[in-house]
Amino acid sequence: MTKRATSSDRRTRRPPVVLVILAVLGLSVFVIPLLGLLARTPWSDLPTLLTSDVVLDALRVSVIASLGATAISAILGIPLAWVLARVEFPGRAIVRGLVVLPLVLPPVVGGAALLFALGRRGLIGEPLNEMTGLVFPFSIWGVVIAATFVAMPFLVITVEGGLRNLDPRYEGAAATLGAGRWTVLWRVTLPMIGSSLAAGLALTWARALGEFGATITFAGNLQGRTQTLPLAVFVAMESDRGAAVALSLIMVVISLTVLIVLRHRWWGAL
Amino acid sequence: MVGGAVIHSTGLDARLVVSRGDEFTLDVSLSIPEGHTVALLGPNGAGKSTVVAAIAGLLPLDEGHITLDGRVLDVPATDVLVPAEDRSVGVVFQDYVLFPHMTVVENVEFGLRSRKTPRRSAHEQAMSWLDRIGLGDLAGRKPNDLSGGQAQRVAVARALITEPNLLLLDEPLAALDATTRVDLRRTLADHLDQFGGPRMVITHDPTEAFLLADEIHVIEDGVITQVGTPDDIRLRPRTPYIADLAGSNLVLGMASAGLVTTDTQQLHIADTQISGPVLAAIHPRAIIIDRHQPDGSPRNTWETAVIRIEHYGDRVRLQTGDPLPLTGEITPDALNDLQIVEGSVVWISIKATEISVEKD
Repeated sequence: MTKRATSSDRRTRRPPVVLVILAVLGLSVFVIPLLGLLARTPWSDLPTLLTSDVVLDALRVSVIASLGATAISAILGIPLAWVLARVEFPGRAIVRGLVVLPLVLPPVVGGAALLFALGRRGLIGEPLNEMTGLVFPFSIWGVVIAATFVAMPFLVITVEGGLRNLDPRYEGAAATLGAGRWTVLWRVTLPMIGSSLAAGLALTWARALGEFGATITFAGNLQGRTQTLPLAVFVAMESDRGAAVALSLIMVVISLTVLIVLRHRWWGAL
Repeated sequence: MVGGAVIHSTGLDARLVVSRGDEFTLDVSLSIPEGHTVALLGPNGAGKSTVVAAIAGLLPLDEGHITLDGRVLDVPATDVLVPAEDRSVGVVFQDYVLFPHMTVVENVEFGLRSRKTPRRSAHEQAMSWLDRIGLGDLAGRKPNDLSGGQAQRVAVARALITEPNLLLLDEPLAALDATTRVDLRRTLADHLDQFGGPRMVITHDPTEAFLLADEIHVIEDGVITQVGTPDDIRLRPRTPYIADLAGSNLVLGMASAGLVTTDTQQLHIADTQISGPVLAAIHPRAIIIDRHQPDGSPRNTWETAVIRIEHYGDRVRLQTGDPLPLTGEITPDALNDLQIVEGSVVWISIKATEISVEKD
C-alpha cells in the first residue's frame, strides 16, 4: 500500500468500512427473511397449495377488501385532504392529528374501537342495525371498514402534501379561463398532484392489503367471509406450514409487482 | 385622482380596496377605456399583484367596486361578487403559469373547452391561433420544452382565445432575458393593438411601461402616486421613486458607427457595433450642466436653455430645450452656485459611456 492515492482513488473515494458493514447488515434485515421464505417453499406442492380453498378464499377477500378500502379512502380522503390543505378553520391542527392517529395507534386498539362504535351493540352500530339490519362485524364490510381505518391516513397526508406544494396560481389561471370549480379540480388540480395521488393510493392499498390487527378484532377470522391473506397466514402457521408459505409468497409477489410498476411515481412524490 | 371616478359604460372602472393583515392596504382607482393600454408601474411589494388578483376575481375586495363594460363584478357594499370564471377577464400571469401537464395546444384550447365549446371546434380554433403566432409546429410540446418567448406567446394566445372583455398582463416580459425582451416587447405591442378591449400591463420596468402604455399609473405602497402619459411621468416625476426609475431620458434614433442620429441632434455612444433604430437611455444624473462651454472628456456637448425647474426633496430637475429636450438632475446647492433660473442659457455634456443603447 502506497500513501499516494491514485487518480481513480481520488475520484471515487472509498466509503468508511464501518458504514459499509452496517449498511450491509441493514439490508440483510430485509433480505434474510425473504431467503428463509424461499428456502422453505415446497415448490412441487405449490400449484396444489395455491389453488386450495383456503388460499383462494383469502385471496378473494383480500382483493375485495383492499380495493374497497382504497376506493373509499379516495372518495372520502381526497376531499378531506383538500379541506385540510385549503380551508382555514379553528381546530385544523386537531383534525390533522385525528387523521394521523391510526398511523401510530396499535391496529388491535383500532379494531376494538371500531367494535365499540359499529358493533352490534355499538354506539352507532346498534341504532343502525335496528333501522337497516346492517351488521358490520364478521362481514366483508367489517373487513373493508377496518382496512379503511388503518389505511386512509396514508392517502390523506400524501394528497394534502401534494396540494400544499401546488402553486395556487394554476387553479387561479384555470378560473380566469372560465373553468368552474369541478373543471378546475378534474383538469388542473388532480392531474397536477398526480404523482402524490398515485403514491397515496399505492401506500393506502398496500397498507390495506397487509392489515391484520384491526381486521381480526373487528371483523373476525371466518374463512371465505372475513379471512384475509394475512389472517390465513397466521392460522396456517399453526396447522399447515406449506400453505402459510404459499400464502406468504403470494403477498410478496403482489407487493413486489406494485413496487416495480409504481416505482417512478412513488419515489418522485415521497 | 382618488374618488369621483368617471363611470365609462365600456371599459374598466374600479376602485380597489384590499387590506392585508400586515398593515398593508391597497387603495387604487383605475379607469381604462376600450382600446387603451394602462401600465401599472411600481416597485415590488407595492400591491401590483393584488390589483391583478382583485380584478381577475381571485381576491374579493374589502371596499370599492369593479365594473367592466357596465357590468358590476364586485361591490362589497351590495354583496355582489362575480366569480373569476364568469368575469371574462383574460390574464397573462407572471411566469405565464402554463399548465405543465397539458400540451401547448391543450393549454390554448383550455378556455374554450371550459366554456363547453365542442372538442373539435376548440382544437381547430387553438391550432389557428398557434399558426397565427408562429407556433403551430410546437402544438404537441409540453410548456417545459418552450423558450421563454414561446411560452409568453402561448400565454397570450391562451388568454385571448376566449375573447375576454379586459386583458391583464402581469410582468409579461420579466421572465425573459434581456435580448429576447426587446424583440418580444415589439410582438407584445402588436398583440395589444389587435385586442380591442381595455388592457392593463403590470410592470416594475419603466421602459416597458413607456413603450406599451397610453397612460401610466404609478403605484407605491398600495396607492397611486401619479397618473399621466409616459411623457408626463418622464418629464415631471412627482416622487423620488418615479424620478429614479421612470425619470430616465429616452431618445429614439438611428445608430451607426458609434453615433445615434435623431431629427435634431447627434449623440456619441460607446457601442460602435450597434446599428439601425435604437432607444438611447440617459439618466438625468448623467447629464452635466455648466454655465460655460466645458472642455473635458465628454463627447456630447451643446448649448441650450433651461425651460423648467422643479424641486423635490434634496434634488432639482432641470428640463432643457432644443435641440434635444432632456431632463437633468442636480442638487439645490449646485443650482444656487450656478445661479440657474428658468430661461438661463447652459451647456449640457454627457459622456458617451453614460448613454445606454438598445435596439428598438
